[in-house]
Amino acid sequence: MHENGTLIRVAQLKKHFPVAGGLLGRQVGVVKAVDGISFEIKRGETLGLVGESGCGKSTAGRSILQLLRPTSGQVYLEDKELTTLAPDELRRLRPRMQIVFQDPYASLNPRHPVGKIIGEPLIIQGMMQRAEVHDRVAELLELVGLDPAFVRRYPHEFSGGQRQRIMIARALSPSPDFLVCDEPISALDVSIQAQVVNLLQGLQERLGVTYLFIAHDLSMVKHISHSVAVMYLGKIMERAARQTLFEDPCHPYTQSLISAVPIPNPRLEQIRQRVILKGEPPSPARPPSGCVFHPRCPLAAGECSEMVPELREVRPEHFVACHFADEHGGSKILQAPVVRSSAN
Amino acid sequence: MPPILDVKDLVTRFDTLDGVVHAVNGVDFRLEEGETLAIVGESGSGKSVAMMSILGLIPSPPGRVESGSAIFQGPGGPQDLLRLSPKDLRDVRGAQVGFIFQDPGTTLNPILTIGDQISEILTRHMGMTAQQSRNRVLTLLEDVGIPDPELRYKSYPFQLSGGMRQRVGIAMAIACTPQIIIADEPTTALDVTVQAQVVDLFKRLRDKMGVAVIWITHDLGVVAGLAHRVMVMYAGRAAEVARVNDLYEHPLHPYTLGLLGALPRLDAVGSRRLVSIDGTPPDPLISVSHCPFAWRCTHAFPRCWAEAPRLTTVAPDHKAACFYDLDKGRPRDA
Amino acid sequence: MAGETIPHQADSMLSMRRTFRDRLGYLGRLLWRDRSGVIGLTMILVVILAALLAPHVGLQDPLAQNLGESRMPPAWNAGGSWDHPFGTDSLGRDLFSRTIYGARVSLTVGLFGVVIAAALGMVVGAIAGYFGGRIDALITGPINLILSMPYLLFVVFIAAILGRSLLNVILIFGITDSPIFARVTRGEVLRIRESAYVESAVSAGARWGRIIFDHIVPNLIGPLITLATFEMSAMIFYEAGLGFLGLSVPPTVPSWGNMLAEGRKYLSSYPWLTTFPGLAIMFTSMGMNLSGDWLRDVLDPRLRRARR
Repeated sequence: MHENGTLIRVAQLKKHFPVAGGLLGRQVGVVKAVDGISFEIKRGETLGLVGESGCGKSTAGRSILQLLRPTSGQVYLEDKELTTLAPDELRRLRPRMQIVFQDPYASLNPRHPVGKIIGEPLIIQGMMQRAEVHDRVAELLELVGLDPAFVRRYPHEFSGGQRQRIMIARALSPSPDFLVCDEPISALDVSIQAQVVNLLQGLQERLGVTYLFIAHDLSMVKHISHSVAVMYLGKIMERAARQTLFEDPCHPYTQSLISAVPIPNPRLEQIRQRVILKGEPPSPARPPSGCVFHPRCPLAAGECSEMVPELREVRPEHFVACHFADEHGGSKILQAPVVRSSAN
Repeated sequence: MPPILDVKDLVTRFDTLDGVVHAVNGVDFRLEEGETLAIVGESGSGKSVAMMSILGLIPSPPGRVESGSAIFQGPGGPQDLLRLSPKDLRDVRGAQVGFIFQDPGTTLNPILTIGDQISEILTRHMGMTAQQSRNRVLTLLEDVGIPDPELRYKSYPFQLSGGMRQRVGIAMAIACTPQIIIADEPTTALDVTVQAQVVDLFKRLRDKMGVAVIWITHDLGVVAGLAHRVMVMYAGRAAEVARVNDLYEHPLHPYTLGLLGALPRLDAVGSRRLVSIDGTPPDPLISVSHCPFAWRCTHAFPRCWAEAPRLTTVAPDHKAACFYDLDKGRPRDA
Repeated sequence: MAGETIPHQADSMLSMRRTFRDRLGYLGRLLWRDRSGVIGLTMILVVILAALLAPHVGLQDPLAQNLGESRMPPAWNAGGSWDHPFGTDSLGRDLFSRTIYGARVSLTVGLFGVVIAAALGMVVGAIAGYFGGRIDALITGPINLILSMPYLLFVVFIAAILGRSLLNVILIFGITDSPIFARVTRGEVLRIRESAYVESAVSAGARWGRIIFDHIVPNLIGPLITLATFEMSAMIFYEAGLGFLGLSVPPTVPSWGNMLAEGRKYLSSYPWLTTFPGLAIMFTSMGMNLSGDWLRDVLDPRLRRARR
């Protein structure tokens, strides 16, 4: 059922939210936040899920962990299919899959001391006795680079970066195989982002944790991921190994996205070629017909507004959802969206 | 030519329940005509407070601008913005100095149409008639790339997307053809593809108008493509000021170096670890008389703990507030 | 592994901030900013001290009748004496002493009444707010019904049935006031339910019991404490009302309400019989309301200092 090395497999996952309206509060529409995504993550690796606002990446992360029950599709943790599990069985599996949230100021209970926050998953699952939990919490604090004496302090006494570390320590306490990181650094200052990302990478090397790294910061996703999937309006536009995606992006959206990201290199910025898209990301409540990207796509033609392109393997291990994508670069807008800096 | 804005020794504090917040601790900078100066810093650096102090936008209890001068070469001659009466300052704001805010969602009046909001500025500052201002507004909306200006004139802010609202914000800032535009994190809240559109638009307008710009941000990527000169702020002080190429290629303050090293970059080759700066940003409730970066600096030596470094020229057109010479790898000669 | 451990140097800034003097300074500035809060707290302190110390400060026996000295005016009037500073009632009992002792009844009713109302209301409101749907509808229906009835009528009705005793009064207020606590709790629970830390608890495998009692309830305390102070003040009022109608504690027990009832007959001839208990009620109520206002500002989550 699962290949050697694949920890997570997601198949045609959908999460639709009903929209209530009118006087009687009847369902008048549907928001297709996640509309059929599929990918795999190998054990010990990081898949970067990147996209702009409204693309559904956060919903995808929560649906995979069954914090939101998917509308359809399957999620496999090794060979266990998660969407059809009964609540008790699901609860037993929770120690293996955890989540780190975006907002370090809202994700820790302000009334609980740090030690209790970190140890809670262990207590809930009955995995250890109280005394052992105490030791494990101290161990985890050291692991994330915090002084174990902080056990009795409260979240408001810590900075954003430190709170994020506490969140990570908590997520790691049941020794999970899989960690969903939902924009874990977006709310932090630049210098602190580097600390937290280094920590995550270090932990992956040391503990072999598998990550789903959800973010909108393409540069950070490039830095931390082994493979990358680009989402737009609930669908995956392109998926490939990290190097491949950035050197040879085949989807027009990916190319636009990459060319839009500013690079801290003045000489490069002055000569770069950019694809400037028109319009803005549409609302997932009123998705365009056919290919959801077609209203903004520089290459859009007839069939794009009528037929939804399938995610096809256009090159080995390189999947693209575009009618023009082929082995010969039919969906390319720019020749070299990212100019490799010679000064580096 | 004197710089169009010359700020010296700006100090701003806030009286809060937790004590006195030292937001800006003595900042000097100059803005030349037609140049774009980027002010870069993380949270707590004081970058926004400094600009708002100059324009009198700091609520006066609990804030107070304790000292400093901000000489602006306006059309009527040089004026110290910090000494102007609130009424005179209001005249300067909007007409001679335009301001673009970070979150257009909260800074646009939700109950007025965008057309009305922009023309309000025009009638107030330029004394235009209703018809004149309407025409000018339509032109402005076109200039900022809003499709169907006639239609959009009557739209309310909630009907517009984030990018559109920021374009309206830009239109409001340039309406009276100001001499300086101050933009406070204008693209931080936008998606990256929308940010690219807005920055592109802004550059075209700026080049066409020849206006001087102060762009406040924490994003060193955007700065690289937009600024002529950069000032890096830390703990309410200027840490380094240099031309943009010099700052990125040859930083002379350990904080700038750390900041650049901490950035993941699309143009990076191979995977290196990000250089992180140890420790946390400084607490603005604590006022120190030594270098505020000393706690986190790998090069700190006794002098750094004894006195506060002043911003001095350490290379041609390149200033840094540091006692350590990064080039030579040892403390600077006195 | 540079960058992964925070050198304790930089962290010493953290420990610097949380000294006792910092906290004291913060509290001081908080109190100074809202001086009415200080006044309110002082007033309550006075009432509490009165209630606690009443038997120990050598007051006249509040129950001792002395028909020879009945209806004496307050000491500063002609015919009064400093033996009875506030005068005496129609049975010759010392009014000063009875007024002070009356605080005991009022505070007991207020305190225990609120405790019962809060406990009951919180449980009911938390369940309604957390589970929503039909359970919520089942609970909020009756709550809204009770809240829409004229409160005093309701209380009087029940008191008339149950009879006069301190315990009954406490129980009545406890039960009839719980819907307010239920409604506020429900609202807060609905809000907190959506927080990220609750979602985090779910992802750790927590069941509803732990989520409600370990996560949600501790975060409700703030708004509920504020509500409790206001309700306590209201209960003191209503006790007086009940006493006035002859439905509160038995007439021998000195309570401000009883005293008002007795003095009613003599409003024009011997006004001081009602004046002093009336003033006492006003004083206590005002103290509680001022404190409640101050508390509400203090506990506002906006004031919780966030570090960057």
